[in-house]
Amino acid sequence: MPGKLKVKIVAGRHLPVMDRASDLTDAFVEVKFGNTTFKTDVYLKSLNPQWNSEWFKFEVDDEDLQDEPLQITVLDHDTYSANDAIGKVYIDIDPLLYSEAATVISGWFPIYDTIHGIRGEINVVVKVDLFNDLNRFRQSSCGVKFFCTTSIPKCYRAVIIHGFVEELVVNEDPEYQWIDRIRTPRASNEARQRLISLMSGELQRKIGLKVLEMRGNAVVGYLQCFDLEGESGLVVRAIGTACTLDKLSSPAALLPACNSPSREMKEIPFNEDPNPNTHSSGPSTPLKNQTYSFSPSKSYSRQSSSSDTDLSLTPKTGMGSGSAGKEGGPFKALLRQQTQSALEQREFPFFTLTAFPPGFLVHVGGVVSARSVKLLDRIHNPDEPETRDAWWAEIRQEIKSHAKALGCHAVVGYSESTSICEEVCILSASGTAAVLNPRFLQDGTVEGCLEPRLEENLPAGCGFCHIPYDELNMPFPAHLTYCNNCRKQKVPDVLFTTIDLPVDATVIGKGCLIQARLCRLKKKAQAEANATAISNLLPFMEYEVHTQLMNKLKLKAMNALFGLRIQITVGENMLMGLASATGVYLAALPTPGGIQIAGKTPNDGSYEQHISHMQKKINDTIAKNKELYEINPPEISEEIIGSPIPEPRQRSRLLRSQSESSDEVTELDLSHGKKDAFVLEIDDTDAMEDVHSLLTDVPPPSGFYSCNTEIMPGINNWTSEIQMFTSVRVIRLSSLNLTNQALNKNFNDLCENLLKSLYFKLRSMIPCCLCHVNFTVSLPEDELIQVTVTAVAITFDKNQALQTTKTHAEKLLQRASTDNEELLQFPLELCSDSLPSHPFPPAKEHLESASSNSGIPAAQRATSVDYSSFADRCSSWIELIKLKAQTIRRGSIKTTVTVEKASPMGEGNFRNRSAPPCANSTVGVVKMTPLSFIPGAKITKYLGIINMFFIRETTSLREEGGVSGFLHAFIAEVFAMVRAHVAALGGNAVVSYIMKQCVFMENPNKNQAQCLINVSGDAVVFVRESELEVVSAQQPAANCQPSCPGGEVTT
Amino acid sequence: MTSELDIFVGNTTLIDEDVYRLWLDGYSVSDAVVLRVCSGILEQTGATAAVLQSDTMDHYRTFHMLERLLHAPPKMLHQLIFQIPPSRQALLIESYYAFDEAFVREVLGKKLFKGTKKDLDDISTKTGITLKSCRRHLDNFKRVFKVVEEMRGSLVDNIQQHFLLSDRLARDYAAIVFFANNRFETGKKKLHYLSFGDFAFCAELMIQNWTLRAIDSQVDDMDMDLDKEFLQDLKELKVLVADKDLLDLHKSLVCTALRGKLGVFSEMEANFKNLSRGLVNVAAKLTHNKDVRDLFVDLVEKFVEPCRSDHWPLNEY
Repeated sequence: MPGKLKVKIVAGRHLPVMDRASDLTDAFVEVKFGNTTFKTDVYLKSLNPQWNSEWFKFEVDDEDLQDEPLQITVLDHDTYSANDAIGKVYIDIDPLLYSEAATVISGWFPIYDTIHGIRGEINVVVKVDLFNDLNRFRQSSCGVKFFCTTSIPKCYRAVIIHGFVEELVVNEDPEYQWIDRIRTPRASNEARQRLISLMSGELQRKIGLKVLEMRGNAVVGYLQCFDLEGESGLVVRAIGTACTLDKLSSPAALLPACNSPSREMKEIPFNEDPNPNTHSSGPSTPLKNQTYSFSPSKSYSRQSSSSDTDLSLTPKTGMGSGSAGKEGGPFKALLRQQTQSALEQREFPFFTLTAFPPGFLVHVGGVVSARSVKLLDRIHNPDEPETRDAWWAEIRQEIKSHAKALGCHAVVGYSESTSICEEVCILSASGTAAVLNPRFLQDGTVEGCLEPRLEENLPAGCGFCHIPYDELNMPFPAHLTYCNNCRKQKVPDVLFTTIDLPVDATVIGKGCLIQARLCRLKKKAQAEANATAISNLLPFMEYEVHTQLMNKLKLKAMNALFGLRIQITVGENMLMGLASATGVYLAALPTPGGIQIAGKTPNDGSYEQHISHMQKKINDTIAKNKELYEINPPEISEEIIGSPIPEPRQRSRLLRSQSESSDEVTELDLSHGKKDAFVLEIDDTDAMEDVHSLLTDVPPPSGFYSCNTEIMPGINNWTSEIQMFTSVRVIRLSSLNLTNQALNKNFNDLCENLLKSLYFKLRSMIPCCLCHVNFTVSLPEDELIQVTVTAVAITFDKNQALQTTKTHAEKLLQRASTDNEELLQFPLELCSDSLPSHPFPPAKEHLESASSNSGIPAAQRATSVDYSSFADRCSSWIELIKLKAQTIRRGSIKTTVTVEKASPMGEGNFRNRSAPPCANSTVGVVKMTPLSFIPGAKITKYLGIINMFFIRETTSLREEGGVSGFLHAFIAEVFAMVRAHVAALGGNAVVSYIMKQCVFMENPNKNQAQCLINVSGDAVVFVRESELEVVSAQQPAANCQPSCPGGEVTT
Repeated sequence: MTSELDIFVGNTTLIDEDVYRLWLDGYSVSDAVVLRVCSGILEQTGATAAVLQSDTMDHYRTFHMLERLLHAPPKMLHQLIFQIPPSRQALLIESYYAFDEAFVREVLGKKLFKGTKKDLDDISTKTGITLKSCRRHLDNFKRVFKVVEEMRGSLVDNIQQHFLLSDRLARDYAAIVFFANNRFETGKKKLHYLSFGDFAFCAELMIQNWTLRAIDSQVDDMDMDLDKEFLQDLKELKVLVADKDLLDLHKSLVCTALRGKLGVFSEMEANFKNLSRGLVNVAAKLTHNKDVRDLFVDLVEKFVEPCRSDHWPLNEY
């Protein structure tokens, strides 16, 4: 019996009136988990019922704990007829299952109904008591942490980055089951919500199992998607990067960050035995840490081997989907071998990360992508989702071979997506081919970490630009020059990548958002013919998108693209392509050449004049952009290299292919061959359009910048104001005389107007930058185009921004210093946490064996040592915190427990509870951002992943303000529900927030509409940097102690 | 190409105060766009009219959704759907309940639930306030009235507690509710020169001194109704006019009290008998509901007008 789930229903408020006669409601609550249901008493005649129920206890397997959501249904009691449902709350209890995450879920949750939206709120307290699981044959993977963030989360350190994990689960879509014909739409939607909740729980558990098998303890860059395949079923798939993470014993360790859930504390009473490590000489000797630091690999060797055997007993558990077993095996072997060629042996050396620890990324080759058009068929056996697995395996294989062709052994910034229309489905995958530093990928190279050999080899800021492939045997015709920075290595003239700009990259000027937009008409067709038509169109689309990107990049006088995301959407009668990326000028790459325009009929005088006019306009635009983005590279390069940079050639960094269902792979060479690259030939109206569209892109108004990467290159003095938003637009095309040009223009206008609107709306935030601008295009119906944008506007300090070069230098300096500090604390960390040679085993096994301490992150240990030596100080501090917490705390039950413990962890917990700045006494502010950080604040704790799926429908569309009113309200409700869940976990922000799906369907004639939204993110606790300083000042003595080396890091 | 759907939702709800003002003033989206264009916003920001249109629509939609919450301001504080900083919330509520004095003057003392609605059109044309805005005004009055009508305790406190208004605005609402409850006649031509502020001042004094709670603070009854006993007592004041001795005594007491404080003291002294009689007669009649309603008319007729005819400066009332 591995777990006991306890739920208490406290109260409700703002309930809707269910009884017209009395204008009141007789509400009661059903609490359901798995197959067990409890009910509260009926609270008569009140819109603000106080149930104050007993604790409902569910005794369940941890497998169920991971899969099942907690379902809370609020109903109106009716003596004579059936009880009316008011609404539901689904609570994902997963965050309660990790160590270090949330310990209690407690707060007000909006009561949600698929027809009426939010109808009041309910106050719920949820706790989980996990027992030690002795069963080695378990199917659960409690304890594996999940992060949506595509970089190593802020308060962690990556010990090993294991690699790619993927899984998919399929099921029949309840909407298409026979029963749907007789049940109400509401019942059907609820069934769908429940099923998807269940499926994502199951998926997460399965991924967790794979991670445990690889001996990781976390998944970073976790991306879960739904494919609504209609008749043929529902696919939930996820990819991520398995890692072994360690909690940093940096400043956060002394602050709220080092938080351990009570169940761990129960098992290891820190006050009595602060360091139950068998190898330790004494708990409070500062020297101990130092000794460790120089003999990092010894201390745990015995433990390591024993746990190894433990693990090998663990049976392979990759049931269901095919590829589980394939990866587990090689990985284990690989870890033991500790070979340098680690990556080559992996089936898929892919990483979903987009930002990396320093030194991880050695070279970047370029973007690799693959697409394939498939015909959907019914999934006959949901337990054997082989076809879908095989499809993806095929695409991944292709990506891998492309990367190889670029001389790279790995793919970073990897992502997968689908676009479905009727029974045709385009599967896409893309990433950036790269050469990685093997030291992070395997164990046994600890010493390597300590010597900064990489930094010696590669001059800072240009290493990643250097070509990974053989100069003489290039995969495509490229034009190489010597690196402008180090003058030793060759670099390409243009670089396209899907990752974020590396921190150490030297950038000149600022970056900007660059988009390529494209539409292509397609004949309506059925099945096979349709698939063929689409796959015939795809190469042309890719080519044109690429050309557009290249031209726009040149026009901006920039030479590299980061965060490139090309989305191809399929509709009934057209295909849409939208590529977004952030252009920058990399100092290491050569200056881009201009754009030449050539006419086809040179004899015509007026035509000639027209051409030269255009040429002038283009040159002017380039000059203007240079000024706008402050691109003024030093002019020295040419003299030093000796020869002027020859007219560069356009060529592709993209290697791609399309494959049909028939599996034939066509390689497409996107280079223009011998043709001079930046010459645009105006030989027909099409080309004219292209040039025009180039020039019609309006730069954002002054004071605004935009990018689709995490941070804006060239701006680094963010102030704390952030505003995350979602904007949706749908346009109806006039069905008459649709041509490609008209379509392109419409689409272009749609996107441009949308951006203009955003700039206008956010004008009060100037100077500010729109970061992580994420466009999604869908074609819900024949003549409808839907564009959804999610982004965050962040203000920055203009005064400092002006001195970009200076700040940049400072940044480098700062980085260097943090590096030093990291190095400094590094050995100390090693001593206390599990070594890389001893990859993190499931924490629980270690907890039960009292002799082992490796399951507890370093941070906590550091604090406990600290505690014993400064007991007095700390206890007085606890008093202080207690007082503070008493007033602010939320989950009273939980906090009392921690008080009793009175351990440093308890304090941590307290600090956390009180950390959220409750500006508003009633509803705490929860920030949301698609970025992995919060400007001006430090994330002290990750509380768990938020992954929510909602369906909303209406049969009174006009009454709810039409489609706009309906969707506006729904999105606001989704935000509210995300915020409520985060607040209930004790958090005050969501980072790496993403709206993965927003499927909107309407039927105005019937006055109906329906919308599905899927969002995810990481719930976190952050502390403002200003507050942080205050807190650290409170206990300077502890900070200065050698036992907490990371205490003084003030980044 | 037509825009079917166009929305913008921020994690923190964006509120443009200028647009909010326009919305409160009852302008339609298209009128609001025209007004915004006139304000020169396009030139300042370089936006197009289409952008402005979409922005205005968006704000109007948000306000429309917020309106439900504005009807019960405490809900606004606890709701989870819109994340709005507290200072902004206060501003939203305050502006929503703020009113045009011209409008109040028209409906002051009228029964809020009957008849007035069809008069709204007239008021709208008379005051130049849009019909929509008039309706919001009236609905606000009605809502406040309905909530505090049966409530015990201080009227101002009740209003403040249930509508989270500023002290000043709550006092004004208390006056409106008080007037509406007692149905004081304020629409007569003679009273036209009096502003809402004047009446509000009277209402405050009357609430403080003439209501049940004013007599006995232990009786935790409402502020709305005039104390019947007190009115009965007023009847006895007739002796002040009937009995010569008492009249003189009264006169000397009042004169002592007012000496030096009144610029027109001598005139007052001279006319004391007339004035006193007027006041006492008005006071004595207050036991009848109809006379209560006509309180202000009578006061003006019997007290203010004689004063005015003697050329007292107006501010002495």
